[in-house]
Amino acid sequence: MKRTIYLDNAATTKTKPAVVKAMLPYFSEYYGNPSSVYDFSTPVKQAVSRARETIAKSLGAKSNEIYFTAGGTEADNWVLTAMADAYKDKGNHIITSKIEHHAVLHTCASLEQQGMEVTYLDVDEDGVVKLDELEKAIRPTTILISIMFANNEIGTIQPVREIGAIARKHGVFFHTDAVQAYGHLPIAVDDLNIDLLSASGHKINGPKGIGFLYIRTGIRMRSFIHGGGQERKRRAGTENVPAIVGLGKAVELAMDTMTKRTRYELKLRDYLIRRVLEQVPYTRLNGHREQRLSNNANFAFRFIEGESLLIMLDSKGICGSSGSACTSGSLDPSHVLLAIGLPHEIAHGSLRLTLSDETTKEDIDYVVENIKAIVKRLRDMSPLYEDFIKKQNQ
Amino acid sequence: MYTEKVMDHFEHPRNVGELENPSGMGTVGNARCGDIMRIYLDIDENQIIRDVKFKTFGCGAAVATSSMATELIKGKSVQEAMQVTNIAVMEALDGLPPVKVHCSLLAEEAIHAALWDYAQKHGIEIAGLKQPKSDIGEHEHEEEEEY
Repeated sequence: MKRTIYLDNAATTKTKPAVVKAMLPYFSEYYGNPSSVYDFSTPVKQAVSRARETIAKSLGAKSNEIYFTAGGTEADNWVLTAMADAYKDKGNHIITSKIEHHAVLHTCASLEQQGMEVTYLDVDEDGVVKLDELEKAIRPTTILISIMFANNEIGTIQPVREIGAIARKHGVFFHTDAVQAYGHLPIAVDDLNIDLLSASGHKINGPKGIGFLYIRTGIRMRSFIHGGGQERKRRAGTENVPAIVGLGKAVELAMDTMTKRTRYELKLRDYLIRRVLEQVPYTRLNGHREQRLSNNANFAFRFIEGESLLIMLDSKGICGSSGSACTSGSLDPSHVLLAIGLPHEIAHGSLRLTLSDETTKEDIDYVVENIKAIVKRLRDMSPLYEDFIKKQNQ
Repeated sequence: MYTEKVMDHFEHPRNVGELENPSGMGTVGNARCGDIMRIYLDIDENQIIRDVKFKTFGCGAAVATSSMATELIKGKSVQEAMQVTNIAVMEALDGLPPVKVHCSLLAEEAIHAALWDYAQKHGIEIAGLKQPKSDIGEHEHEEEEEY
């Protein structure tokens, strides 16, 4: 059988067998609708409550501040759209950053068409939001600051506590898209001054199609999905009970294993980064060297294009991702890589590898050897490399 | 996403390399957009393409179309090479995904750019050949040096 080395855990993760096991009874055994009055639905109702409590506890929040959604994207769409509507009396200005996920950026673009004003903050070369620029961007009409906790492409972790403190000082609500960070970093919403937080199940070994939004008590956000009284009338639709149970289990596991797991991943990640930078010339690491997710490595290899690299890695059973235009479906490479100042031609040659607790040192050795050989092969057929070498020899 | 033929030409590209003192050379594309193709031609006195080599910076489709384009013109006359359109390259590869059609256009342009260079150097005219519009030349992608 072909060996598969899955290093795309920022895209999605394996649903852990323990999670699947926890979910199974809620398909055919406890299938009652949690909204029904009869006793048959009681264990279902209880299971949903337990999952909600587990999540609330993981954030230092209250159960009634957790709202289940169909994933991180819905949570981001909901926050921005509903906050823009709920606080239109106060103003029409939102502050976000240039490196947000498209769930935030595209929603902001849509709001702009409806008259909202959006400031997209620059980031520094490591992908960190500049706090002084954030503070300067705040206007009397600013209703929301939305900055991601950690970036999905380059792994850079934002100074969330400081951002939250600035927001609080100016009486502006602070939302963070924590899809990549939740379950990987300790998050306490009070300590970090977070008012709203989006997270997703399938990034933390839970099922796909489930996520949640944390809404601090007192925020008067309304429903985004209409048609029923579920989630305290804030999110209609019969609860996806098996997925909610699975998410609860995944959160429980993620919290229990966080310290050990992230320490393990970080060690392997640093080994990967060190070996690639040593073994492959004309390569750089994208994102902050220290303030980055424990499982994220993102490289730019000069003179080659990312999709070619991905296809060749795939033929060796290695799953990764790239920010090249060819993988984004447009002519421009990743907006994140451009925002940290990479020239287009270098951004096209990026490779993101995201590890899991199942990645081994042998996997990394195999991957490094293959990267080395493939990058050399692609450079040997690259006119950019040819020109570069000729110039060096002059 | 790619046909078997595309994958074959991507994984085992034909005619990769350079030619010393080529009869004609053309480079097309743009590093900003992520595709650059360079074609070298060795053309004999009877205007037959004796040898052809290519180098490509780009995605799987860009490499495969370059490879196929060189196969289609090798051993052909200059006039026959003019008939190798992007459609011909795509058909020979059993098709490309819609978003990759521009790669095949680039392959056609690269052939034309190399033929144009040949025609200029030898003071001849090739029927139907126009000056390539996207030849990036030597100097336009120098800014990529700084890093």
